Amino acid sequence: MEHKKYNAINKSVRKKDAMQLLLGKPVYTDDVVPDDALVVKLLRSPHANAIVSEINTKAAKLVPGVVGVYTWEDVPNNRFTNAGQTYPEASPYDRLIIDRHVRFVGDVVAIVAAENEKAADKALKLIKVKYEVLEAVLDFHTAKDNSLLVHPEDNWVAPCEVGGSNLRNLVASEESSHGDVDAIMADCDIVLDRTYHTKAYNQAMMETFRTYTSFDRYGRLHVISSTQIVFHVRRILSHALGIPKSRIRVEKPRIGGGFGAKQTAVSEVYPAFVTMQTGRPAMIIFSREESQLAGSPRHEMEVRVRLGASKEGKIRVLDLYTLSNSGAYGEHGPTTVGLSGHKSIPMYTGSLEAFRFNYDVVYTNTMAAGAYRGYGATQGIFALETTVNELAETIGMDPTEIRYKNMLKEGMIMPAYYNELASACALDRCLDHCKEMFDWDAKYPVRDMGNGKVRTAGLGMAMQGSCISNLDVGSATVKLTEDGTFMLLIGAADMGTGCDTILAQMVAECMDCSVDDVAVFGADTDASPYDSGSYASSTTYITGKAVEKACMELKTKMCTIAAGLLNCDVEEVYFENGMLKRINTDESVSVKDIGVKAQLNNPQIAEASASHSSPVSPPPYMVGMVEIELDKLTGEVTILDFMSVVDCGIPINPALARIQAEGGIVQGIGHTLMENVTYSPEGKPYESSFMQYKLPTRLDMGKLRVEFEHSFEPTGPFGAKSIGEIVINTPAPAIAHAIYRATGVWHREIPITPERIAMSKPEQN
Amino acid sequence: MIDITITLNGKKISDSIEPDSILLDFLRDHKCYSVKRGCETTNCGLCTVLMDGTPILSCSMLTARADGHTIQTLEGLQEEASSFVGFIADQGADQCGFCNPGFVMNTIALLKENPDPTDDEIRAFLSGNLCRCSGYEGQLRGIRNYLNSRVKE
Repeated sequence: MEHKKYNAINKSVRKKDAMQLLLGKPVYTDDVVPDDALVVKLLRSPHANAIVSEINTKAAKLVPGVVGVYTWEDVPNNRFTNAGQTYPEASPYDRLIIDRHVRFVGDVVAIVAAENEKAADKALKLIKVKYEVLEAVLDFHTAKDNSLLVHPEDNWVAPCEVGGSNLRNLVASEESSHGDVDAIMADCDIVLDRTYHTKAYNQAMMETFRTYTSFDRYGRLHVISSTQIVFHVRRILSHALGIPKSRIRVEKPRIGGGFGAKQTAVSEVYPAFVTMQTGRPAMIIFSREESQLAGSPRHEMEVRVRLGASKEGKIRVLDLYTLSNSGAYGEHGPTTVGLSGHKSIPMYTGSLEAFRFNYDVVYTNTMAAGAYRGYGATQGIFALETTVNELAETIGMDPTEIRYKNMLKEGMIMPAYYNELASACALDRCLDHCKEMFDWDAKYPVRDMGNGKVRTAGLGMAMQGSCISNLDVGSATVKLTEDGTFMLLIGAADMGTGCDTILAQMVAECMDCSVDDVAVFGADTDASPYDSGSYASSTTYITGKAVEKACMELKTKMCTIAAGLLNCDVEEVYFENGMLKRINTDESVSVKDIGVKAQLNNPQIAEASASHSSPVSPPPYMVGMVEIELDKLTGEVTILDFMSVVDCGIPINPALARIQAEGGIVQGIGHTLMENVTYSPEGKPYESSFMQYKLPTRLDMGKLRVEFEHSFEPTGPFGAKSIGEIVINTPAPAIAHAIYRATGVWHREIPITPERIAMSKPEQN
Repeated sequence: MIDITITLNGKKISDSIEPDSILLDFLRDHKCYSVKRGCETTNCGLCTVLMDGTPILSCSMLTARADGHTIQTLEGLQEEASSFVGFIADQGADQCGFCNPGFVMNTIALLKENPDPTDDEIRAFLSGNLCRCSGYEGQLRGIRNYLNSRVKE
């Protein structure tokens, strides 16, 4: 696709922090904070559901070096949510800093603060707790309207109406539909009714949760945390501690990965509470085990798909019901579930006559779920795409053909996506491109390799969003310095994705300067303009547009200063090639001249701030194809080739977009083949370390190929949409499809481990 | 307490340590902040350092065992690393960066042992270095581009 020639956009420039990171400089939370902080550790519940009937901290407090031991009796009784979301907060206020009622194995029973780790560990062992152990709700199928309540308390609050009730173990529920689903279903030649199950995968970012807190020189609470959401953390701490927001400052240094885990304030409240109590700096670092057992993983979901089609393969009607397991607390429960339908069904807008999408989100006595890249879309897309693949196999049609027949195309209105217009959609071109590059026609047939192994291929399509429409706020401040270089201040959090660099590229494009001449700072609630934070795939699309707007305003202000220097009206001045020129003359001043003048007898500030929100959330699109080799004896699956083509609008930085895609695909491969979450009879996940929770290594992912099909999104900055989340969505349906081709078995639960393949038998009919 | 002497990044240091001191913590206490802990079970490779030139996982090494030995961290190998990490930066494969020091250290060890590795040899040697961001391909492209640039010279 043709588009404008840019100076800094659509260029693979290095990340601004790349060399610091690659050379191991001290840039993360634990590297940059003073080493005088109290060590904060948490005593965690061994029971899935229990009341702390007695707790004795006397001996623990006598350990030399122990400064404080805090229990439910010491914390405020105002409930809050740890979810990092904009107003109106969708997640229920169901947490206390420490609750007498512990609701999952790993829930917090006591906070210990000590001068050193050894004293803290010793104190943890000396706290004596008597539990009244209660029966637990462990099976999410039985949670709704169970007589056992996860949240029986009378101060549970839902700040916004999402169909939930703590007296029904219900975090949220909703019904929505378009057209006469039942009548059309009854009229269909083929109806497939299938149920899928996905697990509570851990983000497993390499840097576990961690937070440092202290009082600053004004006596305010200063929080340095590995977070994606500095402003939401400020609000959450204000609610939890009962102090004004103006008394809290939250900043993030570099972050060792997030993937949504750090869109929940998992670790922040504990050291903050200790600092409030002791007046001393405090630091918590979650162990890997704590991150695995008390983090903020993906919502376990069961998605039932009823698909009605004509015998010619026209998908006429879709009926989805999603049951989502929010675990012990409701963070992100009401919102993740919506994507399982609203970001899967619209892909078949092309032929769809009607759809229904209902859901329930339930409380159980398992680890609370949260935000994870894909945010519900991943689960829904696995279910729907697998059903569509099964439809193709059932009627003997090539799975690419069935997509062409039914897919969303540019210019269509999407009833299942809030009636938004598909303003930029290259999904069809993604499929063309992928099919050709992958050599689908050669790889799709099942090929017996003669050694007990077979090769074949599978495919999946995906969509996502580019923000939360009508909610997210992105902001940017751009400042001119006196040497003509620029400062960009943002509240979005670069968690390794490269948004600092991408946003600097946008400033460079607007201001006709080099990317090196733009310094970026963020995120810090004292210095950054308000931004909802880095999630919902929104930073490029929303904050990027705010950057563009701020640059426009700054140029206007620079023209005012230039008019003073050129002794003319401001209307006569225009900005071109980094110069401010007077129209119809040779007179001009440089950006540097403006920067100097801004600091000399000058009433016009040379900086500008802007915010942006969007009424739409334009989806990126993607097609993924995988070739596998499957060992029929052992069930081992080897990925040979994973080819994908992404439409993320205009990629601002193609190298970074490619890495996003590659990284997301490998996470998706992990979820599909090896990362598992299983529970003991008491409800404790067995996969408590990287010994059991198997992340893909360099030897597990085969050859990855990523290509782009450009579209131009008119509402995005420089035509851009999002990239960060969609990329995790295609591996599960594509690999499950290929495994069916190789074995004749549809696996509707992931991960599909070798033993499950080896022990399964082809279904009848 | 145990008295030890370690040559850390070319400098001899003597210290008194607790018997259960772990090398990773000892190194961070001595300002080698490039050494990271990503797990507690020797699965992630983030804490890789060189002992007498050989890569080891400092999370599973008692500090006492390093007594009398030479330890190198990325702080002491900036020049070696600088020769190739720019190629990884050009791919954007540094990403969050938290795994970078461990995998850069192991790459230094690889290139010392096998100056001209194949892609499969690179994958195998670095397979113990987990990365959750990059999907590994960009890191491989970076190392490959470095090796190719060296051939041209």
